[in-house]
Amino acid sequence: MNQTIVSYLSELFAVNFSPWVVILIFFVAVFVVVNVMALIGGLATYAERKISADLQMRIGPNRVGPYGLLQFLADGVKMITKEDTIPRDADKFIFALAPLLCLLGVLATLAVLPFSSGLTLTDLNIGIFYLLGVSSLVGVGIFLGGYASNSKWAMLGGMRGAAQIISYEIPVTITILSIVLISGSLSLNQVVERQGAFPNGWLLFHNPFSFIGFFIYFIGALAETNRAPFDLPEAESELVSGYHTEYSGMRFAFFALAEYIEVFVVCAVATAFFLGGYKIPFNYGAGTLLGQALQVAMFFAKTFALYYVVIWIRWTLPRLRVDHLMTICWKYLTPIALFNLVGIAMWVWLFNGRSLYMIIKQALVISGK
Amino acid sequence: MTPPNFDVYLPVALLMGMAVAMVVGALLFGKLLRPNKPSFLKQSAYECGEQPVGVAWSYFNVRFYVVALIFIIFDVESALMFPVAVVYRRFSELGAGASVFFSVLIFIGVLVVGTIYCWSKGDLDWVRSFTISKDNYHQGREQ
Repeated sequence: MNQTIVSYLSELFAVNFSPWVVILIFFVAVFVVVNVMALIGGLATYAERKISADLQMRIGPNRVGPYGLLQFLADGVKMITKEDTIPRDADKFIFALAPLLCLLGVLATLAVLPFSSGLTLTDLNIGIFYLLGVSSLVGVGIFLGGYASNSKWAMLGGMRGAAQIISYEIPVTITILSIVLISGSLSLNQVVERQGAFPNGWLLFHNPFSFIGFFIYFIGALAETNRAPFDLPEAESELVSGYHTEYSGMRFAFFALAEYIEVFVVCAVATAFFLGGYKIPFNYGAGTLLGQALQVAMFFAKTFALYYVVIWIRWTLPRLRVDHLMTICWKYLTPIALFNLVGIAMWVWLFNGRSLYMIIKQALVISGK
Repeated sequence: MTPPNFDVYLPVALLMGMAVAMVVGALLFGKLLRPNKPSFLKQSAYECGEQPVGVAWSYFNVRFYVVALIFIIFDVESALMFPVAVVYRRFSELGAGASVFFSVLIFIGVLVVGTIYCWSKGDLDWVRSFTISKDNYHQGREQ
């Protein structure tokens, strides 16, 4: 239990690291992960604009760098040279704290993401619980951002955001609970290890209930990250830009960065829970760094495929109305999620946790005899 | 002497530290680059060109608090369910699945009854939840 990147490396090279080296390795690993995530967040803004342009038959950003690839750097330079205005009536301390809380909550979730079997920053044995806990800091950040601005638009957006995020946390949590029922562990790596490389081993196709569960998780996760069609906290046609109306320059950039990284985290968690995570066929290259690299590539490929779906949904569906949003959560998703939970509990009890594929296969073998 | 689980939770602390460093560092670095010309209008809250009237920290619709209350009930329920969920599979493999399943079912059942009560009282409706119901309305008019 509690495998970390350091324990993996010390196993791989058969050495014991001294405490200072451990800290150094952790520091380098965390630094690399945070920078890669910031890069992904930046490229995601570019991808979002390019894909939306594609869907609307426009060209999209194409001036800065090859194919406009460096657009996010130009945006960054623009934001950092913007004047930093704080409304004079605002609660200045909380105003400054809110983007930090958002970014803190999102970056802290990166600690348990299973990029590969060895290269997880730290595989906490309460990883799923930890993930749910720290990711709700984002909601606090959004609400405080809206509250501290002392602007009516921001306040409305913040209140809406808080209500939406806590509401949609319920179906998501219950669905994750049903995943824990199947896998019997709170460590994300263990959840992935229980799955197979091919779709028949994925938890998505484990049983009919987990198939529904994936969609509940995905819808709830979209709402939790404030992505369209659930982007009511920042609905620009009604609330100017919602909770970050008063934020300018880098402070706004941190909200945006946190949102884009959170979408990545949400997709990564969906990959780990339902789509077989980093598993590659026949466990190719197990125990070597090549195998680890392939696993990371597999994990990122699945995650980016989901990320594309998220962007696709954003530019396809219109925004929901607030009462529809709450109705979907409390009257549809939550009862279905509870029903799913009971269904999966029954499945695990009756079939001893075997998947539908295994049951059919065994039935065929028995009937073949 | 290191605290227990030091190496396991170190990345968490480092990530949080990195987030703080990112925010503080970028804002301090930006201070060298960005202009700073505050003016009265620039620092007022945005209200589509109008002069903002009063503060935004006013009373809020009570339905937000109702949502928060229901959320807390569900969240505590799922937090209490996690330990059961972890050992559930092991129990069912040992042959004690029935007892654990039915205790889980009772636990969820209590919650479902509460949800049905909430639903029938109209607390899950976003729009109509605090309008006077038809009977009360007519009673009020008769008096």
